[in-house]
Amino acid sequence: MTFMLDFLEGLGAAALRVLARLGLATGFFQAVLARAPGSAKRFGLLVREVYFSGVRSLAIIVVSGLFVGMVLAVQGYEVLQRFGSADALGSLVALSLVRELGPVVAALLFAGRAGSAVTAEIGLMRATEQLAAMDMMAVDPITRVVAPRFLAAVASLPILAVIFSSAGVIGAYLVGVELIGIDSGAFWSQMSASVDFRLDVLNGLFKALVFGVAVGLISVFEGYHAAPTAEGVAGATTRTVVISSLSVLTLDFILTVLMFRGLN
Amino acid sequence: MSRSKTNVAVGAFVALGMVAIAFMALKVGNLVSFDSGVGYRLEARFDNIGGLRVRAPVKSAGVVVGRVEAIHLDKDTYEAVADLRIRPEYRFSSDTIAAIVTSGLLGEQYLSLDAGGDSRYLVDGERIIKTQSAMVLEKLIGQFLYNKAAETSGDRK
Repeated sequence: MTFMLDFLEGLGAAALRVLARLGLATGFFQAVLARAPGSAKRFGLLVREVYFSGVRSLAIIVVSGLFVGMVLAVQGYEVLQRFGSADALGSLVALSLVRELGPVVAALLFAGRAGSAVTAEIGLMRATEQLAAMDMMAVDPITRVVAPRFLAAVASLPILAVIFSSAGVIGAYLVGVELIGIDSGAFWSQMSASVDFRLDVLNGLFKALVFGVAVGLISVFEGYHAAPTAEGVAGATTRTVVISSLSVLTLDFILTVLMFRGLN
Repeated sequence: MSRSKTNVAVGAFVALGMVAIAFMALKVGNLVSFDSGVGYRLEARFDNIGGLRVRAPVKSAGVVVGRVEAIHLDKDTYEAVADLRIRPEYRFSSDTIAAIVTSGLLGEQYLSLDAGGDSRYLVDGERIIKTQSAMVLEKLIGQFLYNKAAETSGDRK
């Protein structure tokens, strides 16, 4: 009986911890959003963060995009040619990239490459009491440190996602047309016949924007609320990557259902 | 100096994003190839539209001349009504035949317009009278079996 009670107590405590954390994150999100306009006015700060989060992620995004596109082309060709419709490779690759893989894989890579760095940076600022020092000097750390990094993630991820998709399409073109020998005209025309700019490309961009908000918020939140120790910063960085990845995949499912199920 | 370098890098980043968007719009997507708001509307009624869907292409001799804009069921006649939007540069005679066909064996279904010989052209909002419904595989098989059965019973006599 005591064992059961212990179990229930543990479960309840865990649930309450999660809820408290969610509440803290919501309040923090509100605070960041409230400070965001003021922070956006200090354009130099934002540009600097876009450079560190977005521009520096470019290499990994382009290379991953190329390879994802190439693999899609090889695997897609294997299946499509069984049905004698290898020409549809262009539309297969473009639709999977633009709708799903572009935003999702770019967001996962971004969380690993830039989100973790943001968490570690802010967490270390907290640990070395730089944030407290700013507060003492009447500089609001959320406006000065947190909001620019959040905004940079929101601004960078859609750009990175569309670059990822473009790189993937080029990779698929290289493998499908140059290597395998699909007709180049069929490749592009099938692609543009099936990809709709508004429905597919803009929806994909919107997904990337939502992922940017999620990843940006999670990274700054985990950093800002990291325990001020080496262990705490390490744990926060890990949590950023894990929670970002899980929420990106969950959000992707929800957004996909909302966007593409209602069409038929 | 380092500040301006950052600015240049970010500027290049944003420009690259714009190039990628333009690539998506022009090469990958079909933003410019056909704008759904342009052109005139035609209506075609079918007994069965099969797998025809909104935004399916309307082709004539294999060339895309428009898109299916909306599909609904006529409440009184129980016919499927497809609203088509045809590009303004293409005109079709009033005895044009609209047929629902499939591209390839398992491909998507599209609407094919076969121009007739009438000298009068269809204008905005008009209806295509001659239509040919989609093939439904079950009906075809049923028809085939029925004919086969009729044949064998005829042989016996």
